[in-house]
Amino acid sequence: MQDVKAKPRFKWHIVVFLAPAVLIYTAIMIIPIFNTLGMSFFTDVDNRQVFVGWQNFNTLFGDERWADHFWNALKNNSWFFMIHMLVQNPVGILLAAILSSPKLRFAAAYRTVIIIPAILSFVIVGFAWKLILSPLWGIAPWLLDSVGLKSLFAPWLGLEEYALTTLSLISVWQFIGIPMLLIYAALLSIPEEVLEAGECDGLTGFSAFWKIKLPLILPSIGIISILTFVGNFNAFDLIYAAQGALAGPHYATDILGTFMYRTFFGNQLQLGDINMGATIASAMFAIILVGVCLYLFAIQRRLRRYQF
Amino acid sequence: MKLKLGMALMATTILGSALAATAEDVTITIESWRSEDLSIWQDKIIPAFEASHPGIKVKFTPTAPGEYNAALNSKLEGGVAGDMITCRPFDQSLLIFEKGQLADLTDLDAMANFAAVAKSAWSTDDGSKTFCVPMASVIHGFIYNKDAFKELGLEVPQTEDEFFAVLDKIKADGNYIPMAMGTHDEWESNTMGYYNIGSNYWKGEEGRLAIINGTQKLTDKPWVDAFKSLAKWGAYLGDGYEAQTYPDSQNLFTLGRAAIYPAGSWEISGFNTQADFEMGAFKPPVPVAGNDCYISDHTDIGMGMNAASKHPEETKVFLNWVGSPEFASLYSNALPGFFSLSNEPVTLEDPLAQEFVSWRKDCHSTIRPTYQILSRGTPNLETEMGNASANVIKGTETPEAAAERLQKGLASWYAPQQN
Amino acid sequence: MNKARRNIWHSVAAHGILLTYTLLALFPVFVILINSFKTRKAIFRHPLQLPGPDTFSTIGYETVLKQGDFFLYFQNSLIVTVVSLFFVLLFGAMAAFALAEYRFKGNALLGLFLALGIMIPIRIGTVAILKMMVASGLVNTLTALILVYTAQGLPLAVFILTEFMKQVSEDLKNAGRIDGLSEYAIFFRLVLPLVRPAMATVAVFNMIPIWNDLWFPLILAPSEATKTLTLGSQVFIGQFVTNWNAVLAALSMAIIPVLVLYVIFSRQLIRGITSGAVK
Repeated sequence: MQDVKAKPRFKWHIVVFLAPAVLIYTAIMIIPIFNTLGMSFFTDVDNRQVFVGWQNFNTLFGDERWADHFWNALKNNSWFFMIHMLVQNPVGILLAAILSSPKLRFAAAYRTVIIIPAILSFVIVGFAWKLILSPLWGIAPWLLDSVGLKSLFAPWLGLEEYALTTLSLISVWQFIGIPMLLIYAALLSIPEEVLEAGECDGLTGFSAFWKIKLPLILPSIGIISILTFVGNFNAFDLIYAAQGALAGPHYATDILGTFMYRTFFGNQLQLGDINMGATIASAMFAIILVGVCLYLFAIQRRLRRYQF
Repeated sequence: MKLKLGMALMATTILGSALAATAEDVTITIESWRSEDLSIWQDKIIPAFEASHPGIKVKFTPTAPGEYNAALNSKLEGGVAGDMITCRPFDQSLLIFEKGQLADLTDLDAMANFAAVAKSAWSTDDGSKTFCVPMASVIHGFIYNKDAFKELGLEVPQTEDEFFAVLDKIKADGNYIPMAMGTHDEWESNTMGYYNIGSNYWKGEEGRLAIINGTQKLTDKPWVDAFKSLAKWGAYLGDGYEAQTYPDSQNLFTLGRAAIYPAGSWEISGFNTQADFEMGAFKPPVPVAGNDCYISDHTDIGMGMNAASKHPEETKVFLNWVGSPEFASLYSNALPGFFSLSNEPVTLEDPLAQEFVSWRKDCHSTIRPTYQILSRGTPNLETEMGNASANVIKGTETPEAAAERLQKGLASWYAPQQN
Repeated sequence: MNKARRNIWHSVAAHGILLTYTLLALFPVFVILINSFKTRKAIFRHPLQLPGPDTFSTIGYETVLKQGDFFLYFQNSLIVTVVSLFFVLLFGAMAAFALAEYRFKGNALLGLFLALGIMIPIRIGTVAILKMMVASGLVNTLTALILVYTAQGLPLAVFILTEFMKQVSEDLKNAGRIDGLSEYAIFFRLVLPLVRPAMATVAVFNMIPIWNDLWFPLILAPSEATKTLTLGSQVFIGQFVTNWNAVLAALSMAIIPVLVLYVIFSRQLIRGITSGAVK
């Protein structure tokens, strides 16, 4: 802002810093994606794309054949997100807090291992958990049996009331290392002096965490929350790998990503529908955009950031 | 340091692939979803073709079945798909043809080797144009563990009453799971279950065409009765069948833990290598003794030509060969359970495959009812059929309610069903 | 006395929690690895038993290794992952620095624009991307994959790194400016070393989807010479869907390289994180 008063000198370095990222990103990601999203305003008539305005959106929200699936997917997706917020992030923070305590032995080994699930591909994760939970192969029933709880076993992935929660927990299992790592990095960057000052005031252990560290890492918790939100409302792979494109049983694990993919690319005899697929993608985009803007402009601004 | 190495490796790889493309022979590639057939194509079929056709090299590049349709469509749009396209039956391929991405093969010489009914799955609705060479059909029925049947003194069932009596006996004995099927992968429920037993109820082609014409509804007696019969299956499936996947079912049977497997004939070659007991097959039991029998003898797989192929002549040479009696015999015997659609009779060596194909003599053949025309709209009838069949087996939806829902869905977009 | 005992209890509880989670994290991998070395019957009969003399078998690996050049696939995956990560980190950090450091018109808007990419799956742009690659002759090259992954990784990198760059002390940068350092020197010499922990995190974050991606290799570079490991093993999984020996072997072969890569990488990662802490 001061520049306006002083002799405005064009700051080339800003352009140099921004150009590579903006160019590659715009050319390879933004243009193709928005081209596709634009298809939500067209429909296919005899293999020609015809502009129809908002008609596809009317279909998606007004025609029960589409709307039922959409609201079902949105509902499931919200539950999926809830479980991540309630399980993944608190447990991730807990693990990071324990790991960051000074003088903990084997910290490096624990850190390395806890992230391992996150580096596995969805195909592997889906397959491995299907095997473990399989009533046929029976690792889970066998384990439960060995502690006398066989009666608790159920074919969770095949039952409408359990499948989504089971998959959410598998997803939590897979990704818990990520929030842990981000929080861990944030905790480590809290300067010793701050903690020592707290110690002088008698704050140690749990109360030090609660009263000093937690407020300091709030921006990082904000980041992991919004990343979890974005990741969950874009999720697709795990459910596709474990349950297939139909997200069974009886659409109980259908989330926006699987619904969009199935519509966009087709499934079995169902032909891919680019226009309706793009319409769903646009709706997903709108939901995520609202959430991110809420975070960027309402929450993030209120978080106090500390510079060390 | 590492990065430099990486760059160098990248440069060599890019150069390498550019060089490989300028080989002397013409190489044509096949797009397919049959990844399990990779070694059969590499070791048996392609060498046979290349031996008699010097100068043409063929590559079989399968994609996993789940990704095939999506990947193929993207590749066709982008102009990088292979020369030969393995065709799913009916609308999937028809749509690609209408977009101009599959070549018109009506005048291909080898088409003379096929009857119109064999070509129907890859012809336009009026039958005037054909765009894929028919390769094979698959037949539904039940494969059973002969040792288990002998052990329990069971006879092969002919009627539905006998069928359920057999299942009851296996269940009472407790040594074997009566039937290996799961509802986790919904397509298993309608493909192996509903279509398998159903054609006896709706009298094959008669019922199928009546739905297309709008003279029958899915809520009519035959269609509901087939669901009622299917609804009894849940009691005979293994523990936790709700989470049992298709490969689980296959393993359950080939490991000898289940006595009966509701099958498609395509399982034969896989089962032959994995099961160490003797297998037999029986056709879907008729509801009432003495009734005519109907089997699902489904045109399943064909091969067409990418309209944008850079080697159309060589591709046509290959497709003509695919339509030849030589290929028919080679393919049907390399992959027992895929039955050639060629006019030329093929001698099959596999006893199980012989058993399946012998039913063609005694019974009326039909194809799966949802495949032609009826799965063009939203909701997709085939998808819903799988969903409904799984629900009926699990008991979460009554046969009547399932039929009602399917009919409502179909009538919502299909004009002949709207009055 | 009391304090020391409480410390022991704390440490026992800490190790208890961490150990439990370690077991949970490793269990599925362990199950896949041990069973990949067993006979088919043994896999089903005693899935949790270690392979013994009667049940040991490498038939799965033999089947899989016959089918493809796994070393080449691994090399392809490595090149694509490492080169893409390099560009994502470099370009991402540069852009994040500009957004965090300078006030200019449209800063917030540009930030939002660069964040759009994390909100829409790039997959829906497949056909347009493929056409672009066909037009530029990049189909079946690793370059095509590197471009796509770089573009795909940037939004997240910018998003996270901007947040971390805002926490870098203003005094430090101003001191640099007074010493006459150029803006580039301030970025590369002062700021980058300070955000190494975040960079390492972004690297792990991005490595996973790149390494494990099946879709773009399948569409953009499916040729034998450019196949990635994930694509290579997916073919086996499809091909041997009921042959569990082969499936488990293929899965193990997909797990082991990425494990090794990660263990190598995690040293850097942890060094990055701890060096960031002691400043």
